[in-house]
Amino acid sequence: MANLLELRNVSKVYQRGLISSHATVALRDFSLTLNEEEPTILTVAGESGSGKTTLAMLLLGFITPTVGEIVYRGKNISGLTGRDRMAYRREVQAVFQDPFAVFNPFYTVDHLLSVPIRRFKLASSRSEARSKMEESLSAVGLRPEDVLGRFPHQLSGGQRQRINVARALLLKPRLLIADEPVSMVDASLRATILETLRNLQRDYGVSIIYITHDLTTAYHISKSIVVLYRGGVMEAGDVDKVIKNPQHPYTQLLVDSIPWPNLEQRWGQQPIQARSGQAIGEGCPFLPRCPHAMDICKTRPPLFQIEPKHAAACFLYDKQPQIAAEKLSEQLPA
Amino acid sequence: MNSMTTTAPDARTAMRPATAATPVLRVEGLEVTYYTDLGRAKALDNVSFTLNSGEKMGVVGESGSGKSTMALAMMRMIKPPGRVEAGKVWVGDTELVSLNTEDMRKARLGKIAYIPQGAMNSLNPVIRIGAQMVDALKSHDVKGSSAELRDRCFAALHSVDLDPGVFRMYAHELSGGMKQRVCIAIGILLKPQVIICDEPTSALDVVTQRQVMETIDRVQDEINAAVILIGHDMGLMAQFVDKVAVMYAGRLVEVATVREMFTDPKHPYSRALIASLPNLENKGVFQGIPGLAPSLLRLPSGCAFHPRCPHGNQDPQRSVRPEEVTLAGGRKVTCHLYDAEGVKNG
Repeated sequence: MANLLELRNVSKVYQRGLISSHATVALRDFSLTLNEEEPTILTVAGESGSGKTTLAMLLLGFITPTVGEIVYRGKNISGLTGRDRMAYRREVQAVFQDPFAVFNPFYTVDHLLSVPIRRFKLASSRSEARSKMEESLSAVGLRPEDVLGRFPHQLSGGQRQRINVARALLLKPRLLIADEPVSMVDASLRATILETLRNLQRDYGVSIIYITHDLTTAYHISKSIVVLYRGGVMEAGDVDKVIKNPQHPYTQLLVDSIPWPNLEQRWGQQPIQARSGQAIGEGCPFLPRCPHAMDICKTRPPLFQIEPKHAAACFLYDKQPQIAAEKLSEQLPA
Repeated sequence: MNSMTTTAPDARTAMRPATAATPVLRVEGLEVTYYTDLGRAKALDNVSFTLNSGEKMGVVGESGSGKSTMALAMMRMIKPPGRVEAGKVWVGDTELVSLNTEDMRKARLGKIAYIPQGAMNSLNPVIRIGAQMVDALKSHDVKGSSAELRDRCFAALHSVDLDPGVFRMYAHELSGGMKQRVCIAIGILLKPQVIICDEPTSALDVVTQRQVMETIDRVQDEINAAVILIGHDMGLMAQFVDKVAVMYAGRLVEVATVREMFTDPKHPYSRALIASLPNLENKGVFQGIPGLAPSLLRLPSGCAFHPRCPHGNQDPQRSVRPEEVTLAGGRKVTCHLYDAEGVKNG
């Protein structure tokens, strides 16, 4: 089994200030392996400041890790050159949060889609380029005649977001990094875009890393989930197990705060502790807000195995077998 | 201020005495048109509803359905090329549409407060939070020493669970949720009778969202205001509001209590909205609403929803605009499936 992508003990630290230096750990000791043969949808969930966008930026190679390495098809992405670099750029694609901000308003959709075709020499003739564009637009459920030749302002948010997916699909990627792809579109259109993403994984064998703070959509689209809080993995595993039976106090708080569209299922059974800005040092990042805080939490908890394909980083489960951070992927079903 | 929307103040109607049963907010036949280069777009068409004090109403609809236009029209903040064409907005015994500009300025925040979408970006970055709050008090003729004004601001900050220290801070020192709560604190400074929240939590994560909504809930109880919550998250509506108004292409197509809406939605659009919601049972089932929201410049004939409606492929749906009918229990629906007596057709 070949690994498509590996993150080996990656940390990202942002340094601030020249005289009194202040470091923010945006991502701490994160390891992940994506398998080439089994495309999957993995959710990375967390609130603002949890490090989920840092993870996306690292995967896309926009920033380099402070510690650790990111390996794509056996090669460290920071050292990629020439043909390898082009292949990586083509095979790892992104869909970003705001469908209103990513388009240049002066260019039509055709331009947007033909640039990658020219850049990566995907088509040998104009008609071939055209048919590739039409094919990828159809794959995301858009009628080519509806969108080609139009300017971004003539399209709705949902259409634009699907054009983003179509643009990524054009390049036949192996990995799609979707950073909050539906948080800015209407609830009624979310279903359509999520379905598009899921079909991509199923029909085209694209692995997707779905980054979100919305656990409801995560539950519906993904197979596995990693919950981040202030740069650390809190809980990981099978999405059904994690969302229906959350074990870490933070995940419990998250799941308890989901506004389910169900009158019988009220939110907010669990009180929210104020989030303090205090430095967490080496302890559990959730310690200041945790209702079960113990003395031992001042050291950083490792991952403990709760059940097969379900692990939580919390000392409440310290009777369970411990899992090394590098073995995180073994907890995630493909 | 926008004087285009102002009609001459009418002392007779503006001072009608309130009776005990009068709801705190009455909107009657509100109509807004945008005069664009491409033609006239009727963004709000004959919108009427009432709200009692202490009640929470949710307004849901797709982008462009007129939700925010409704809020802006009630605040009289529609800018040209938009125009309030008709309608009345009663808050208690004051009619807002006929107020003069100066009285309307006082009514904003004093009687009716508006917490805009992305409110956290509406704070001034170079002025301390406290100065912005005191400014709001002073511009509404609240008299008192600076210590008294400050205490009043502290009280408002306290009721949204913020530390008095926030008074001396700048916006960039606060998190998104805290900024949103500062905006709520400013909104309740003058104890308005109506608070309009336009997607107050759409940029926040679920935990912060719950904190903000719980804050709104609590301050509403304290000042017994009516709250209008605008948004497209039906889940949030289920958890928060008492009644739900569904908006489509500038019209309220259904108004019902939250229980009626979730157990027995009447309008096909409401049904589709509720069916498109994810829940724990139907994993992996994605049910979007087919088609696109219509352009307000070229509304479909007949019922504006008919091209997307499972019952729309016939008459009178295709040719006649449906009128609002009141069903048993006082819920309202605008659909040809229900006739004037509120009986289901066909």
